[in-house]
Amino acid sequence: MQVPSHVEYERATSVEHALELLARFGPESRVLAGGHSLIPMMKLRLAQPETLIDINGISGLSRIAMEGDELRIGALVRHAQLLDSALAGEHFPVLHDAERVIADPIVRNWGTIGGSLCQADPSEDLSAVFGAIRATAVIQGRDGARAVPVREFHLGPYETVVAPDELLTELRVPIRPGGGSAYEKVARRVGDWSVAAAGAVIWLDPASGTPTVSEAGIGLAAVGAGHFVAEEAEDFLRGQPVSDEMFARAGQIAAEHCTPSADQRGPADYKRHLTGELTTRALRRAAARACGQEA
Amino acid sequence: MEITMTVNGAEYTRDVEPRMLLIHFLRDELELTGSHWGCDTSNCGACVIWLDGAPLKSCTALAAMAGGRDIRTVEGLERDGELDVVQQGFIACHGLQCGFCTPGMMMTARWLLDRIPDPADAEIREAISGQICRCTGYENIVRSVRWAAAHSRGAAGPDGSGAHEVTV
Repeated sequence: MQVPSHVEYERATSVEHALELLARFGPESRVLAGGHSLIPMMKLRLAQPETLIDINGISGLSRIAMEGDELRIGALVRHAQLLDSALAGEHFPVLHDAERVIADPIVRNWGTIGGSLCQADPSEDLSAVFGAIRATAVIQGRDGARAVPVREFHLGPYETVVAPDELLTELRVPIRPGGGSAYEKVARRVGDWSVAAAGAVIWLDPASGTPTVSEAGIGLAAVGAGHFVAEEAEDFLRGQPVSDEMFARAGQIAAEHCTPSADQRGPADYKRHLTGELTTRALRRAAARACGQEA
Repeated sequence: MEITMTVNGAEYTRDVEPRMLLIHFLRDELELTGSHWGCDTSNCGACVIWLDGAPLKSCTALAAMAGGRDIRTVEGLERDGELDVVQQGFIACHGLQCGFCTPGMMMTARWLLDRIPDPADAEIREAISGQICRCTGYENIVRSVRWAAAHSRGAAGPDGSGAHEVTV
């Protein structure tokens, strides 16, 4: 029987209240959202917080909305809610692609977007996605809010820039017209973590005959990519004409620069091979969507 | 800590440790043993119940999190002594052998049919993809849900009441 060890439980009624509780109970307290990463870790004693601060009752953190030219996603938005959001899917199909293959429908009912990012598992799909689309994380502290690019959010495995007395409240994604995005993942079975996964977003400049890439974002999960992104492949793509050959080359660059490790999901060279192939496929599909053709 | 929650329409108050998992609360404190405690790792789905109307693997939630909220378990599927059409479907189509996964499967099936009254096989399989059955190979479970969908049409209310009696 797996049960967490002794823990105290507090309920936050607002963001301010959560911050007050975090300050009062100190670094040995943990924010409890969906609990689908934290509770399993507590059962295994990989996490042993002294106090849980349940934020599920805070209203206002479960919103998906457009504000100006930004898509805003509250930290308490559940995976299922993001998957159901036509607004999110319209602007970033990569979000829906990824959500369809995160865990299973029951887990997706409760697991949260903010929890996924803060868990900072090296195989987390959404870290790669929000890295690819250059989202910004809004982190609230008692002295106010700060905005941190998701590409600077992770300090390492299971470690983020969110301080013990701070709370991630929202993800903001800039919207630009003319883009397309997609996510490709290989897992051993339904609902499992990625063996490798790649997310891509691409913006095209259609001025000349063959469209060229004006901007690209590539996120990688589970393969030891720094900050979950493939910057070298992004740099290569900028200004290139859209072609399968260019996307294959970008995939190759992404594969060369990631640092997968061998584990029960596969050997490193297999993961590196997958990284190249999945990056190429994600780019092709993203480009097709940018051109209004579903791949 | 003292928690109060509504389970299958009745209110319960108990004094529990904050670390108590919801599945143990339901089974050991309320003696509602219909929900099964299976893998303990959010994989098998034998413990699926509804929390505020959405299926949840209750081995991966604390009882404390359900305080003040509304729970429905497999015991809450039947109404006024009549089995829910989903339960009737599992009887009619042999949707179970050992029965261990069945409560969770039926809670998910009821939720699916409330959202999609006439699901395609692929939608049924997707809905139960986070739940494991080691007896049926899933074929009869899918058939049971399809049966329930067919026998809900027109006659059934949102909770399946009013569906035809099962004839086996």
